[in-house]
Amino acid sequence: MRKLALRDEILMQVEKPARYIGGEVNAVMKDLSEVEVRFAMCFPDVYEIGMSHLGIQIIYDMLNQFKDVWCERVYSPWVDLDAIMRREKIPLFALESQDPVKEFDFLGITVQYEMCYTNILQILDLAGIPLLASERGEEDPIVIGGGPCTYNPEPFCDFFDLFYIGEGETQYRNLLDLYKACRDQKESRSIFLEKAARIPGMYVPSLYQVTYKEDGTVCKRIPLKEDIPLRIKKELVRDMTNTFYPQKPVVPFIKVTQDRVVLEIQRGCIRGCRFCQAGQLYRPVRERDVEMLKEYGVKMLENTGHEEISLSSLSSSDYSALPQLLDFLMDHCREKKINISLPSLRIDAFALDVMNKVQDVKKSSLTFAPEAGSQRLRNVINKGLTEEMILEGARLAFEGGWTRVKLYFMLGLPAEEEEDIAGIAELCNKIAAVFYETVPKQNRSGRVQIVASTSFFVPKPFTPFQWASQCTKEEFLDKAYLTRKAVSQQLNQRSIKYNWHEADASVMEGIFARGDRRLNKVIQKAYEMGCMYDAWSEYYKNEVWIRAFEECGIDPDFYTVRTREDDEIFPWDFIDCGVSREFLLREWHKAQRQEVTPNCKVQCSGCGAAGYRTGVCMQDRSARREEEVRCESQD
Amino acid sequence: MKVRIKFSKYGALKFIGHLDVMRYFQKAIRRSGIDIAYSEGFSPHQIMSFAAPLSVGHTSEGEYFDIEVIHFTDEADFKERLSSVMVEGIDILKVQLLPEDEKNAMAEVAAASYLVSFRKEEDLPEGWQKKLMDFYAGENIPVKKKTKKSEKEINLKESIYDLQIREEKKIYMLLNASSGGNIKPAFVLECFFKTLEYDLPEYALVIHRMETFKDIGTNGIRKLVPLIWEK
Repeated sequence: MRKLALRDEILMQVEKPARYIGGEVNAVMKDLSEVEVRFAMCFPDVYEIGMSHLGIQIIYDMLNQFKDVWCERVYSPWVDLDAIMRREKIPLFALESQDPVKEFDFLGITVQYEMCYTNILQILDLAGIPLLASERGEEDPIVIGGGPCTYNPEPFCDFFDLFYIGEGETQYRNLLDLYKACRDQKESRSIFLEKAARIPGMYVPSLYQVTYKEDGTVCKRIPLKEDIPLRIKKELVRDMTNTFYPQKPVVPFIKVTQDRVVLEIQRGCIRGCRFCQAGQLYRPVRERDVEMLKEYGVKMLENTGHEEISLSSLSSSDYSALPQLLDFLMDHCREKKINISLPSLRIDAFALDVMNKVQDVKKSSLTFAPEAGSQRLRNVINKGLTEEMILEGARLAFEGGWTRVKLYFMLGLPAEEEEDIAGIAELCNKIAAVFYETVPKQNRSGRVQIVASTSFFVPKPFTPFQWASQCTKEEFLDKAYLTRKAVSQQLNQRSIKYNWHEADASVMEGIFARGDRRLNKVIQKAYEMGCMYDAWSEYYKNEVWIRAFEECGIDPDFYTVRTREDDEIFPWDFIDCGVSREFLLREWHKAQRQEVTPNCKVQCSGCGAAGYRTGVCMQDRSARREEEVRCESQD
Repeated sequence: MKVRIKFSKYGALKFIGHLDVMRYFQKAIRRSGIDIAYSEGFSPHQIMSFAAPLSVGHTSEGEYFDIEVIHFTDEADFKERLSSVMVEGIDILKVQLLPEDEKNAMAEVAAASYLVSFRKEEDLPEGWQKKLMDFYAGENIPVKKKTKKSEKEINLKESIYDLQIREEKKIYMLLNASSGGNIKPAFVLECFFKTLEYDLPEYALVIHRMETFKDIGTNGIRKLVPLIWEK
């Protein structure tokens, strides 16, 4: 029988002990005598969140397909167990073998959001691994980071030996082979890291020194060894069909956030919304072949027993074979009583027809994400969703029986005026009016419910808004107040509910998103002062963070409210995400002129991602060529 | 067609709660390809009924649930198909096709047997074994039992069908487990140790359910047999 790292008495007193026992359906067990590399893959948040993350499932599946590697999972112990482990000095363990993480060759940490940075330190601390890479010895695991936040790894780079920039499917085999070769030759940790730095996509922060100008901005990056690349180019999967994807994902015992089969239909987005980091980082858009998706969808359902399948992508409506895939899945799922969920669908006649078919009569609410309240501001952010499209979508939905609409907006976008904020309330009012015009009185069972939510805009690296200044907490809250007031002045105000987020965490997120190396000590200080689980509002301690900044002598406003010049060197500029800085700057200037940029399928805007020679960048050209050929033959 | 399944729960799986065990079996049945029947209505669910919930932390070799199926080959094939999709910690022990008039598992439960041991014996009051048997020997054991709304006094003796000391330091108990009168083994021992003015520490007991029974007796005479029982 499998051993457990925690005693029964401990498991009995913590909330949800199933978080810590492993042994789930499809969890991979291996014979240690046949394994050469032990990899602990960590999502630094609680089990239910971490288990819902697709990226880790892909890497877990891939690494375990390698015969010589055993990849196991690690999540943040919840605060109750955290306290017990510290008190009783129980080292952090991996779920499958229940062995201490410190015994592993690698500890991989996926960094998905800024507010998990202190949880990275929790993981290292509980594992008994020195927090600073510089203090680690030959026996410690190699700590490697990945995920969207590592496109600006500088604020937390002191805690990592190595970063993998880009998509995980491509270079792990090379990295692990190098590790084995170095180990066979008894090479030191530092030699391995130096050699790893020459593998595409690998960034070893200790091999570079950064100097700063008097104004505090970056002056220079200096490589400390020869032959170390100055720029790190993002790794990317060129063929999304013939690649790694799990057919047997792990099925948790307890309900997790994503308790369903997740089928990633494509990666990337053609839309180019100027606030959106994912839309730039995953360029170019690459679709998976529809036949592969059919096969994998069926197999994943059979192997998990899940009762729901969700199609995942940044914008599912843009997947070219969506009708074909949905017809197939609907046929397959109907008799098996399996639900299909379709997040990120653009609400139009097609989408409503599909949702009618897959969601039966229980009408959930419909979601629109206009992001900004006025057409002027939607042009600034390049959100190609017009008021007519929203109102027409709403009208069709109300005719189809839906009575609840959710709307997402952002406050604090660049160039936002009071009229744009008022526009949020006016748009909600117009949607409510559409309901009362469309649905006759006798068919109504009460009011329409419009729920408008606003989040605060945080400028992110590798977006056209990386130059933008961010609002202060006070400005954010003033804007939320203005929105609330505008909603209350609408004719249909009783049909509109308005929610807004906390401002403190958005400010903190902004600091770390565009931070530099000097923030490492602030994160460490805040952790030492008790910050952890910052993404959970009930554990977020803003006043402690502010004290940590004060004690480190760092002005947080430097990272947020300051206006950045066009030619400022950013801490993350050394990473090449495929999209050029020139393109982003062009987009920043177009935003200021309220000019829109067409999506990748309409026209190539020369962002630079075509350099990867795959996905939409190649399709466009061949489509155009075909058209030319057709024209020629007609002549 | 109604099928009853007997399973065990052990090892790490004892930390999976009752609702999650139900979810586990819903998914397992989908993986096995067993042709389960679904309820009618807007959100169809598998027709499935569990006998008696087991508390988190307890192990068992006598758990049961019933399902309604559309096709049924034979018991061995059914057991094999379900066994092939299990994880370590749950074993399928028996499968039985039920007569159509059989009540569902939950309604049939009358009693359950347990084997209880102590995590730490050294702290227990001296001579507790004899005192426990004396406690059990009484005609009337008045105890206060908390219900959802109030606290009422009951005669515990009526709910303990058997009690023995085994291997000197383990306790065997056969207790009422019906939906109206379920008594937990930990409750019996808490009541007992209270009479010795000894407070059982938290997590002191290791509890294993041995079997779950139905009552096939007539004229008010109890005759307990396991939920899967062949005449």
